[in-house]
Amino acid sequence: MLYQANPQAEEAMEYFIQQLINGLTLGGLYALIALGYTMVYGVIQLINFAHGEFFAAGGYVGVILLNFFAGRGLMDTHPWLGLFGAFALTMAYCAFLAMAVEKVAYKPLRHQSRLAVLLSALGMSIFLQNALMLTQGVFDKPYPGEKFSGGLVFGDIRISVLQMMIVGLTILLLVGLNLLVFKTRIGMAMRATAQDKVMTSLVAISSNRIISLTFAIGAGLAAAAGIMFGLYYGSVRYDMGFVPGIKAFAAAVLGGIGNITGAMLGGLIIGMVEIFGAGYISGQYKDVFAFIILIAVLYFKPTGIMGENVDDTRV
Amino acid sequence: MAVQPILELKEIHASYGSIKALKGISLRVYPGEIVAIIGANGAGKSSTLMATCCVLPIDRGEIWYNGQPIHGKAAESLPPTGLCQVPEGRRIFPRLTVDENLRLGAFHRKDKAAVEKDRQHMFSLFPILRDRRKQHGGTLSGGEQQMLAIARALMTRPKLLLLDEPSLGLAPLIVQQIFDIIHDINQKDGTTILLVEQNANLALQAASRGYVLETGTITLEDDAKKLLGNPEIRKAYLGE
Ligand SMILES: Nc1ncnc2c1ncn2[C@@H]1O[C@H](COP(=O)(O)OP(=O)(O)OP(=O)(O)O)[C@@H](O)[C@H]1O
Ligand SMILES: [Mg+2]
Repeated sequence: MLYQANPQAEEAMEYFIQQLINGLTLGGLYALIALGYTMVYGVIQLINFAHGEFFAAGGYVGVILLNFFAGRGLMDTHPWLGLFGAFALTMAYCAFLAMAVEKVAYKPLRHQSRLAVLLSALGMSIFLQNALMLTQGVFDKPYPGEKFSGGLVFGDIRISVLQMMIVGLTILLLVGLNLLVFKTRIGMAMRATAQDKVMTSLVAISSNRIISLTFAIGAGLAAAAGIMFGLYYGSVRYDMGFVPGIKAFAAAVLGGIGNITGAMLGGLIIGMVEIFGAGYISGQYKDVFAFIILIAVLYFKPTGIMGENVDDTRV
Repeated sequence: MAVQPILELKEIHASYGSIKALKGISLRVYPGEIVAIIGANGAGKSSTLMATCCVLPIDRGEIWYNGQPIHGKAAESLPPTGLCQVPEGRRIFPRLTVDENLRLGAFHRKDKAAVEKDRQHMFSLFPILRDRRKQHGGTLSGGEQQMLAIARALMTRPKLLLLDEPSLGLAPLIVQQIFDIIHDINQKDGTTILLVEQNANLALQAASRGYVLETGTITLEDDAKKLLGNPEIRKAYLGE
């Protein structure tokens, strides 16, 4: 050895890397939720205040399915199959839920003022949250995550299997979404619908279908984030959609609402700021950082990081 | 005429909220024709075309296309039947590439090989679009956008093509080029054309018949040649 590492500096470095990994995990979750806000806004200029409830519903449906699979012994024989089965079914469930919400609460108001739809979204949020509370109770519901509790340890840095799974699946979903929106026929129809609905109807594209699909995709991603959240923090609660929902909204605004890459970037930034703020400044204020960013963005650059000038990645 | 019209509007009325835009429009277009609608600003020309495509819902009246009533149908169900519009202002998707705009015209078509052939055909009709195919639609010049809008419409393989002011804002040379293409589409492909124009002279020279529209009603209907020779028309629309 030519040199002796400074043990204090090394510790600080490890702490930093640990925070980086945690920030990436949390930021990925916010990115997944933020996409739903940004895509729906891109296509119908609505801030879907009920979006956080799809995240919460996902958390609950996920735990119900995992418990059900565990009861059948599936989690002992094929834990990964059970886990991914739960993801797939939950995402599908929430996709249908979101399409139903859109049909009932937003579609009839399509030609009314934006305020009317916004209020309907708020109402939907309250309704869904209460439905969850009445059917699932007010207490935390624990998540069965112990199957995936192993992990890698490098010195003081811990990366759990769960964290790797979350980051891996998040990346997969984000890449998949990008391919869908920017490389497929249906994605092209989505982007066209966001730009001019009269013209899309003149080229035989049904905007109703595209709007439905947009809600479904957004809710599916939020539902996946809901399960990951439950697995990561160990439990879910009926009102869990509220705070992460608003933070993800802040992420969408930060990235430039309507912009897909912006939402991903915004989610990552909000997650990082929250983790580093909590780690280096104060854990007590961890929920505040996202809102400080939101206010700063609205004040200094309302169009967000990738707003108007970066057109390429808008819905 | 014994032939059945490809398009017939019967006494259609349409409005925007409390504003009555169309007050009983009746017109016929026969297969293979070029028919012009001329009229002043705000007369209801664009509204007539939008009503025909079921984008603007009608309050009263009937729209028959190819022997079938189509009023009340979803607008997106019509392009697959060959009814297709190049709307006023071109409405190019600004943040899609030229190529994507073009492909959207064939969105409903399943015959992939034929679509590709049509796409190449559009590139040979409008070589500039081939050069610009990777560029955003919004970055094209007005003339290029008009060419793209026409090419996009042709990608649907229209039987009846509605054109709303294709000459608007274009230099005379480009206008001539666009009208040559319209003439070719009609002559070579046998596409029926309903043409709306401010430029009455140009429209009536290209068309075989014409309608004059004034504040939501048809006031005159005649052969295009006769309309061109009509002193009142010359005074009102040809600036004499
Ligand atoms: N979206 C709308 N909302 C309210 N009124 C409208 C709308 N579109 C058109 N109108 C009104 O309907 C009438 C007919 O308009 P239209 O666009 O059909 O006229 P036009 O003959 O195409 O005119 P131009 O030559 O200027 O294009 C006008 O009085 C116009 O103000
Ligand atoms: Mg007009």
